[in-house]
Amino acid sequence: MKRPALRLVLALALPVLLVTVWWFASAGSTDVYRPPLRTILTTFPDVWTGERLRADVLPSLLRLLAGYAAAAVLGVALGTVIGSYRRVRAVCEPVLEFLRAVPPPVLVPVIMLFAGIGDTMKVAVIASGCVWPVLLNTVEGVRAVDPVLSETARGYGITGAARLRHVVLRSASPQIFTGLRQALSIGIILMVISEMFAASNGLGFTIVQFQRQFAIPGMWTGILLLGLLGFLLSVVFQLVERRVLGWYHGLRASSRRSP
Amino acid sequence: MLDVRGLRKVYEGAGRRVEAVRDLTFTVGAGELVCLVGPSGCGKTTLLKCVAGLLAPTAGEILLGGRPVTGPPPGMAVVFQEYGRSLFPWMRVGENVELPLKQQRMPKARRRELVADALRSVGLTDAAGAYPWQLSGGMQQRVAIARALAYEPDVLLMDEPFAAVDAQTRADLEDLVRGLWRARGITVLFVTHDIDEAVYLGERVLVLSASPTVVREQLSIDLPSERDQLHTRVAPRFAELRTQVYAQVQAAKRGAAVPAADVRTPTPPAT
Amino acid sequence: MKDAHLDGAPPERARGGRPELTNAALGAAGLAGFLALCEAVPRLGIVSAEYFPPVSRIADALVGELGDGAFWTALGDTLTGWALGLAIAVTAGVLAGVVISVVPYLREATASTIEFLRPIPSVALIPLAVLLYGTELRSVLLLVVYASFWQVLLQTLYGVRDVDPVAEETARSYGLGTWARVRHVLWPTALPYVMTGVRLAAAVALILAVTAELVIGAPGLGARIAVAQTSQAVPEMYALVVVTGVLGLLINVGARTVERRALAWHQSVRGEVAV
Repeated sequence: MKRPALRLVLALALPVLLVTVWWFASAGSTDVYRPPLRTILTTFPDVWTGERLRADVLPSLLRLLAGYAAAAVLGVALGTVIGSYRRVRAVCEPVLEFLRAVPPPVLVPVIMLFAGIGDTMKVAVIASGCVWPVLLNTVEGVRAVDPVLSETARGYGITGAARLRHVVLRSASPQIFTGLRQALSIGIILMVISEMFAASNGLGFTIVQFQRQFAIPGMWTGILLLGLLGFLLSVVFQLVERRVLGWYHGLRASSRRSP
Repeated sequence: MLDVRGLRKVYEGAGRRVEAVRDLTFTVGAGELVCLVGPSGCGKTTLLKCVAGLLAPTAGEILLGGRPVTGPPPGMAVVFQEYGRSLFPWMRVGENVELPLKQQRMPKARRRELVADALRSVGLTDAAGAYPWQLSGGMQQRVAIARALAYEPDVLLMDEPFAAVDAQTRADLEDLVRGLWRARGITVLFVTHDIDEAVYLGERVLVLSASPTVVREQLSIDLPSERDQLHTRVAPRFAELRTQVYAQVQAAKRGAAVPAADVRTPTPPAT
Repeated sequence: MKDAHLDGAPPERARGGRPELTNAALGAAGLAGFLALCEAVPRLGIVSAEYFPPVSRIADALVGELGDGAFWTALGDTLTGWALGLAIAVTAGVLAGVVISVVPYLREATASTIEFLRPIPSVALIPLAVLLYGTELRSVLLLVVYASFWQVLLQTLYGVRDVDPVAEETARSYGLGTWARVRHVLWPTALPYVMTGVRLAAAVALILAVTAELVIGAPGLGARIAVAQTSQAVPEMYALVVVTGVLGLLINVGARTVERRALAWHQSVRGEVAV
């Protein structure tokens, strides 16, 4: 009875403490750049009305979703092909290593040349930044399929599409998810900066607008909202991951108990 | 049922050749349980993989029911030593057993029946919903055996299946395999390095030489077909056969001490 | 276990001569093919050369950049932001990780806060950085440190959690004090994880350094790319993108080498803890 209660207290104590400190430390602030937390919080509902959520947050999220999904599909598909053939892998490796090493944000000006400044550009930027971690992790995962498992499948006549679906992709799924997780944080970064660069709506655009108009409390609410969004997306991701990779976490836990 | 004729397997590596199997000829009759035993590193696994159609032989041929084996043939199931790596960890026990049947496009009702029956015969009816890694090693190997049974193979190949389980579990599993063999009339080719196990299980024991492998000796095991751990293993005839096989394996090992020049390579293919 | 590997390996090795050599040749061929493709696509008019100049023109522009003192200044600025930010993040991350692990209850108390703060995208801080520091180096550092700190902190925490309780209890039973235990038991166990954290942080730090320059306009390669873009100097822009890629590649390879060197003695097979 006491343990869960203690755990709850421990989990809440620090956040509450931090918020309290922020609240009181900023309470009498006259610094325009650091408004009192009270002001930020009271501004929040005024700024992020339903209308604004629909007009700015939703488009951002849709672009993120589209780019991320495209990157996931493309990355897994290409990664499976490259990972399955030793020679293809050897041919592609140096090029992939280079392309992965390019910091994704510099793709924004490049892709703007091709796709202008519309939604296509933003989706393309997000997709082209997110694809590398997915692709490279898929290659590693596909390559590392256990030979015994692979021969067992062959012995039972599990080949072709069934092998891909039941053996290769499942076996690579822990690595694929590692890639997807890295891609998610890159995707959020690219979503924001592609909108900061050139846009007429979206979260990144709005926050920069606030900053340029010196609507400082508004800007702070935007930062809070972005943080909240990042947190929520990571929670959703974890839920999905726990469902899909339940077997993997169990396997790891059991092999840790008896090495 | 299973004919191995003049099987030869040479691995061609970077600037070196390793002759794992030189010339193997033997036959396994329908419904027979044959054990292959030999010194460690004698190419047993290579042989088994060739028979299973997982490796292409360099020369010679393998006939299953009169038809040459060129790839994994239907009607043949393999149980590997590494149970932990041959079961799909992302599938529950029942799904592991069912997957090969699904691949054969078998109707669902029939699949269910076969899975339930196979799990029952290995004593794992209750474990169908568990993941393999939640089970002990011995139970995992039972799942692998159940998967092979549900596949309804004509020939069951077992590659040192009990080498990685503890002694008591091993005795249980040996009795299980022998029981299943008698009940189902499957042809079983059982590879082991354990002489007692070979004599206890087999109707016939083939002793292999050290690599490059040839068949050194064939022994009929004329023990009663009703065998049990307690009595069979102390029977005088068991001791005699065991001694005979042991002597052959020892001789095979000594033979390995003076290998031909092309055999001494940094990493000879093991077993 | 061994059998499977040995039996599996020879057929693959059987085809070509030395595998490393063949791989290097194949990789070089792949790279050459990629460059040839990038040259051919605009030349054949598949994509307009205005958007996508042929490799040869990008190479020309690159040579031009390399001869320009301003380019080297920009490169130096980027590397300064990267290195300083990374150094701060690693120091802070390791210290915080060890303290959180050693002080009782601190791990439980900070877990929820870390879980909340970590996924906050560092680019959310861009407007704040602009207001507070403008285009100064501190803007860059704010973003770089925030993003890479979590990588180091989390890996350190994972590493400390990996400490063998038996080793810890042995040390305790021999009367080793807290500091001695940190130094002889905890740190050696956690080191491989910390090195992984440093490698991940090094890559993230470069991304954020370039982002800050690109978006905020702090001096560096990113700002130079932005200038090239606005002045329609397309080949120069591509050349600079290539430079950031090469920089990223060098950092990745370098970090991996350091990681391997530093841990040559380390036996444990450690998986990278997924963050």
